[in-house]
Amino acid sequence: MLSVEQFLTLAAILFCIGLYGALTKRNIIIVLVSIELMLNAANINLLTFARFGLVPAINGQVFTLFAMTIAAAELAVGLAILIALYRNRNTSDVRDQDLMKW
Amino acid sequence: MVEYAWLVPLFPLVAYLLLFVLGRRAQEGVVTAIAVLASLAAFVVSLMILSEVQANGPGAPYMFHWLTVGSYTLSMGYEVTALNAMMLAVVTFVSTLVFLFSKSYMKGDERFVVFYQYLSLFVFSMLGLVISPNLLQVYIFWELVGLCSFLLVGFWYYKPEAAAAAKKAFIVTRIGDVGLFIGIMLLFVATGTFDYAGVFQAVESKNFAIDWISPEAFITLVAILIFIGAIGKSAQFPLHTWLPDAMEGPTPVSALIHAATMVAAGVYLVARAFPIFAASETALTVIAVIGGITAIFAALIGLTQNDIKRVVAYSTVSQLGYMVMALGVSAYVASVFHLMTHAFFKALLFLAAGSVIHALHHNQDIRSMGGLWKKMPVTGWTFLIGALALSGIPPFAGFWSKDEILLGAYASGNTLLFVIGLIAAFCTAFYIFRVFFMTFTGEFRGDKDTWDHAHESGPVMTIPLVLLAIMALVSGLFNSPVTDYALADFLQAGGLHYGAHPEHVSWMPYVATLVALAGIGLAYLMYKTKSINPERLANGALRPLYNLSYNKFYVDEIYHYAIVLPVVWIGRILNFIDKWIVDGIVRLVGQGTYVGALGLKYAQNGQVQTYGLITVLGAVVLLGAAMYAIGGVR
Repeated sequence: MLSVEQFLTLAAILFCIGLYGALTKRNIIIVLVSIELMLNAANINLLTFARFGLVPAINGQVFTLFAMTIAAAELAVGLAILIALYRNRNTSDVRDQDLMKW
Repeated sequence: MVEYAWLVPLFPLVAYLLLFVLGRRAQEGVVTAIAVLASLAAFVVSLMILSEVQANGPGAPYMFHWLTVGSYTLSMGYEVTALNAMMLAVVTFVSTLVFLFSKSYMKGDERFVVFYQYLSLFVFSMLGLVISPNLLQVYIFWELVGLCSFLLVGFWYYKPEAAAAAKKAFIVTRIGDVGLFIGIMLLFVATGTFDYAGVFQAVESKNFAIDWISPEAFITLVAILIFIGAIGKSAQFPLHTWLPDAMEGPTPVSALIHAATMVAAGVYLVARAFPIFAASETALTVIAVIGGITAIFAALIGLTQNDIKRVVAYSTVSQLGYMVMALGVSAYVASVFHLMTHAFFKALLFLAAGSVIHALHHNQDIRSMGGLWKKMPVTGWTFLIGALALSGIPPFAGFWSKDEILLGAYASGNTLLFVIGLIAAFCTAFYIFRVFFMTFTGEFRGDKDTWDHAHESGPVMTIPLVLLAIMALVSGLFNSPVTDYALADFLQAGGLHYGAHPEHVSWMPYVATLVALAGIGLAYLMYKTKSINPERLANGALRPLYNLSYNKFYVDEIYHYAIVLPVVWIGRILNFIDKWIVDGIVRLVGQGTYVGALGLKYAQNGQVQTYGLITVLGAVVLLGAAMYAIGGVR
């Protein structure tokens, strides 16, 4: 039987990897993948507390299912934007997408 | 009829609204007709009310509920007392004639309609003030009267003197109004009512809901505060300076202000609220002293002025001083009586002066007049009647009322006030006949062209003069042995028993008449026969006194240096502080934000990952702070 700490540690490690990737990688696809990692880390947390929390309940698991669905939808939108960007500007480097400034 | 008293102010108000709707292109005749008819209708209703009050005595006030604030209920309404009924008749009579007179005087003026609008509004305000049954309503109309006088004095606003005079009239009377307002509010706090009846009852029982001051002191305080309002409105001593300057307005306005509407309001208020004053010996003394000072002070200034309207204006200030002094010595009837007779003969004098000014193409300097009797006999005769009435020569109106006031002063035991009254009467007779002789007798001193064009005014001007002259002749009889002191009985039927009949002193009429005749005689010697050379006197031993009087005792200059200049300098200093220090701080904040933004905008570089990093760092800091706040992880 794994303990709460182990689950939480796993989630924390996953989250940090995802954060690192999202902040440093140049390729937008990798950034999107990293974001997925962070989402999943959050999901693990939700599940952990749904199982081992002070008030164990089914809500956490239901919520996780929602989060996964939304993550999938978000990824689809993200990839669509990526394709549109690539067609227009011929690059998939995050650093070239710098239009959001003064 | 008494229950329809609200009709009286309504007529001028309707006239005002009608003229407002008609607009500037209306025919002058139509405009005059509307205003005069409305005023005449008000006069007729007033007469009916007057006769009914005389027959049945005054009625109770008609009140209706206006609004409730907390536990207080404010009422509005109207009332007719003996005093009100008399005032209504006098005001409407004088204003009807002034309206008629203005037709000719203001002929061809670009803002003819506006002039009549203001006049109607002015009369409406005064009538509303007169029939108000509570002090709050009085205050509302009081301010309306002040506003109208501002508008009318500054009617020729393109003349800088007129604009300045209008501002002065407004600001100086406002000083008094503040006193009145504080007085009314104090009374309301202490008695919980604005109604005259309620206030008088509380004053009588000395029952006030106020504990920081004794009831007696409170009555004195309130009485003096209300009197300060009257000082401003009725141009009493420290605040008299606006009235002579108000001569910059058109002459009919001066007649209206001096006779019926503006300055009468102050004396009227003191008379109406007299039970408050009667309850405080100190307040009465203050009033008597201020009135006496004003009477003599203005009379002395009037001796040397050269502007025909200014002399008459100073005579008004002086006569108002008489009325106030009479109230101060509890000669209530005498004061109201003088208020009435004065309204007639002062309106007469102003309109006659207006007729002269009109004939001489708006020249007001008596030094360049003379011999006008030949050219304008009607004006001359009526002016003479007004002057005789003002001087107090029997049987003209002023004699009877001034005699009553002198009797009252004498009966009060205050010899100084009595002597002041006599001296002022001498000066009055002298200066008004100085004007008369310099204007109507001798040789014309202006240029020949003006003389050739001078002619008697038309009937529109002379009819009001004649009617007023008749009133100036007979109105004194209303309170004389001839009618068995009808006015006194009439006024006291309302339950006010102040200064009923002062003890009659057999030598008083002779002394008063002699003093007035002496004044006229001196004027005759100096300005008609020239046996005494006024120039030599003015430049000789009396030079300092002459200068003092000619420069109005330097009151305006004293105010200028003692009050106006310091206020202006305080204003300049505050302006500097506001402009450079307060505004400086505000601008500094704005500029700081702007400059900061200039630098900070480079942090926004469009790199999503940088934004993300900053967000994460911020979240970490917040998380750390939150952790620290809850005392770390247990």
